[in-house]
Amino acid sequence: MTTATQTAAPDGRAKKGGRPGFFTLLVANRLAAFGLAVLVMLALTALLTPFLPLAPPDITNPANRLLRPLTDGHLLGTDELGRDLFSRLMWGTRVSIAVGLSATLVAAFVGSAIGLVAGYAGGRTDNVMMRGIDMLMAFPYILLALAIVAVLGPGLMNALYAIAVVNIPFFARNIRGVTLSLAHREFVDAARLSGKGHLRILLTEVLPNVLPVIVITMSTTVGWMILETAGLSFLGLGAQPPQADLGSMLGEGRKLLFTAPHVSIIPGLMIFALVMSINLVGDGIRDVLDPRLKSGALSRPAAATAVKRDNVPPMPVAPSEAALDVQDLRTEFRVGSDVYKAVSGVSFQLRERECLGLVGESGSGKSVTAMSLLGLVPTPPGRIAGGRVLYQNRDLLESSEADLRKMRGGAFAYIFQDPLSTLHPLFTVGDQVTEAIRAHQPLSYRDAWKRAVELLEMVRIPNAAERANAYPHELSGGMRQRIAIAMALANDAEILIADEPTTALDVTVQAQILKLMDALQDDKGAALLFITHDFGVVSEICDRVAVMYGGRIVETGPTDEVLNSPAHPYTRKLIDCVPVLGEPERRLDAISGLPPAVNRLPQGCAFADRCAYVEPACREGDVALEEQAQGRAVRCIKPLKAETPEAAQ
Amino acid sequence: MLAYFLKRIVLAVPVLWGLTVIVFLIMAMIPGDPATAILGSYATPENVERLNRQLGLDRTLPEQYFIWLGNLLQGDFGRSYSLNRPVLNEVLERFNATLILAGASLLLCTVFGLLAGIVSAVRQFGWTDRIVTFFVLIGISMPSFWLGLLLILVFAVNLQWLPPSGMYAVYGGGDLADLLTHLLLPAVTLAVVATGVIARLTRASMLEVLRQDYIRTARAKGLSERRVIYRHAFKAALVGVIPVIGIQAGFVLGGAVYIETVFQWPGIGRMLVQAISTRDLLLVQGGVLVVAASYVLFNLLADMAQHALDPRLKS
Ligand code: SF4
Repeated sequence: MTTATQTAAPDGRAKKGGRPGFFTLLVANRLAAFGLAVLVMLALTALLTPFLPLAPPDITNPANRLLRPLTDGHLLGTDELGRDLFSRLMWGTRVSIAVGLSATLVAAFVGSAIGLVAGYAGGRTDNVMMRGIDMLMAFPYILLALAIVAVLGPGLMNALYAIAVVNIPFFARNIRGVTLSLAHREFVDAARLSGKGHLRILLTEVLPNVLPVIVITMSTTVGWMILETAGLSFLGLGAQPPQADLGSMLGEGRKLLFTAPHVSIIPGLMIFALVMSINLVGDGIRDVLDPRLKSGALSRPAAATAVKRDNVPPMPVAPSEAALDVQDLRTEFRVGSDVYKAVSGVSFQLRERECLGLVGESGSGKSVTAMSLLGLVPTPPGRIAGGRVLYQNRDLLESSEADLRKMRGGAFAYIFQDPLSTLHPLFTVGDQVTEAIRAHQPLSYRDAWKRAVELLEMVRIPNAAERANAYPHELSGGMRQRIAIAMALANDAEILIADEPTTALDVTVQAQILKLMDALQDDKGAALLFITHDFGVVSEICDRVAVMYGGRIVETGPTDEVLNSPAHPYTRKLIDCVPVLGEPERRLDAISGLPPAVNRLPQGCAFADRCAYVEPACREGDVALEEQAQGRAVRCIKPLKAETPEAAQ
Repeated sequence: MLAYFLKRIVLAVPVLWGLTVIVFLIMAMIPGDPATAILGSYATPENVERLNRQLGLDRTLPEQYFIWLGNLLQGDFGRSYSLNRPVLNEVLERFNATLILAGASLLLCTVFGLLAGIVSAVRQFGWTDRIVTFFVLIGISMPSFWLGLLLILVFAVNLQWLPPSGMYAVYGGGDLADLLTHLLLPAVTLAVVATGVIARLTRASMLEVLRQDYIRTARAKGLSERRVIYRHAFKAALVGVIPVIGIQAGFVLGGAVYIETVFQWPGIGRMLVQAISTRDLLLVQGGVLVVAASYVLFNLLADMAQHALDPRLKS
């Protein structure tokens, strides 16, 4: 794509070469970097302990017993036998790290072996092995370790084995999962066909692919293992004197808690520092590996879209005739330093009692336009960057959250696509309609419920009183959409906004729902903003249409006129996508090429890359939306004439 | 629903059975002469011989297992040589104390974990969130036995607000208030890690749920933000958190071993540690079996709670 600066991010940021490396990202996370620094320091001192000029850790000196920290010659004081605590701490840390790491390696080795074999072999072998693993997991974690130590007898090595055994299930489960997904991939099959033995396939083909999972599991369990081996030593079941790890130092010091607390508190602090730094690094690794965190997809959306408008059109002097007047609306998504201009300057009027179709492919900005009206675009990453939404001479973009809430479900009601995901799965449908009523009318729950049942009857749900007690998943797609419509009609909305309400339904149900909506709209005298990608649906229900492409309206006009003589090449293609009964081959599933990425809109006409009539002039300046005739406008420098015969290609 | 619960209860039986197999196999790993190992080196020859007969050591391993299992089913867990009383009596008595401690901890970690998680998610990236996240990180990295010592130092030694150890005061104690003052420190200590885990998960689960389409619907209905969060989002998030609370029951029951040692709580964990150092293996075996079985039941409860909450799981 050619460099386009006109519509790109205002800061004109140039893409830096390549993605930042794993390590760079990890260090960029301040907490993880801190954890890493502490961990490296601790690991280094543990490695270097034998070479440091420390007092011997096991030499007793009764004359110097229980010295406080910071006494001369003993930085951290001494224990009850007069041994230097600092030196003992260093040596103890060394032992604790060594034991924790060894336990991790043992658990990783055995657990991964089990996971690999179970996942690779599948069938009975898998079943039997995983049942066994499940059994191990049925025990409280430490309890099983205790039972093992009880049988083997106390001792550091036995504690190590016990902790390793209870951690085997974590490795076995994770590795089995990945292996299972690899076991029947082409490269494994190919290796099998080439006559390699199973063991060789496992080691040379599968293992390298599983290795990252093993490493991640190790990084998440090693902290635990250090903690738990220290715990066993603390209970007197691990390291036995004179051998000492951090846990046993803590355990022995415990008896002196009241007289010399430092003897037990200091080793505990060390365990804490060790485990915490490992956890920080582990979390950092997880964050880096999980791209969702960066994209803001894990952010909690605010109650209303943020509004930060750069250019606001002046308030009109005369009150608008239209029920809803949208002027130069701009909505964008900011992800990292990318700006996606989902809606860039959309204006339309929704007149009273009319049905306006907002048509376009997914990504054209039609849904975002609809969601922007009442601040339902998730922030972050979305925000409204310009324009006005005028309703009864007020700008909805300036109203408070409380006012917005009154509008939502009150004067304005939404009907969404796919009610399986848009209805709450854990409440009955009756309850959800009741809730919608009570959000705007001072009714008791019982009265509101009665009203809800009436609404369900109105949208022609058979056995409404009974169905009201059903949960969404117990109803058919068509029934669910009727529920959603009933919910939208609960408070006699003036403006209905339907976002692809029939897309998830099959054709017959679709027709029924359209008919129902048409009838109800007439009946209630509401205005309807109908969002769809399907001109077939538009022709059934809409009075006027506005076609959107790349975040802008490219053509608008009365439905019949646009359908009969589309002026914009894109509109033409959309109309050609509609399946015609009896002519299945005419159905084009999609228009060739992709809609433009709205973070890098091309200069000039956004449709140029896919347009059959493109010429150099199309890519030069901004193409304006020009009025052709009364109520018709098109954004194209050479609009199609009526009945261009070779238009469809 | 009832049929489902019955099915779940029946399904728990093989799990319980598996527990006995594993415990039996672990006990069969004992190096050297099992009877001497179980009874300790001071055992009289008669006792050794009786146990050998009881264990049926002359038979095959499966035979031994079924004899052993038969005894268990009749409530015969053997006799503790160090306490010289039936294992089952001792275990059940101790288990009572553990249940009080673990129950209180589970209550604490569930309530505070859920609260912290919700607040953290709702104020994502705000100060509250940062503070909660920070404490969660500290909580799950802290050795509980060390935290117990710190709390004793502060609240029992320095401030003298609470007793440092035991379950009841030696003189004049025994009522509920006395129990609660003794319970507070160990229960809090035991709850810290689990609170952190539950808070973390609740936060993630809430954030996940808050992005769902049905939350947008709830907002589009014009519901107040409070209702959106505490009714719509929380209920959906809870469904995902409940199984984890069940798993935390296992960590709390296991962690009780440390806490009971630190606070000298007369529960089963402390009994186990003592039994291990005196090599009273029948006592260990009995204790492990009872705690593991109760863990299975906890998970069963969590599972049922989840089903009661989520109608989708019924079909
Ligand atoms: S302006 Fe040019 S490229 Fe764009 S639709 Fe019209 S003819 Fe095609």
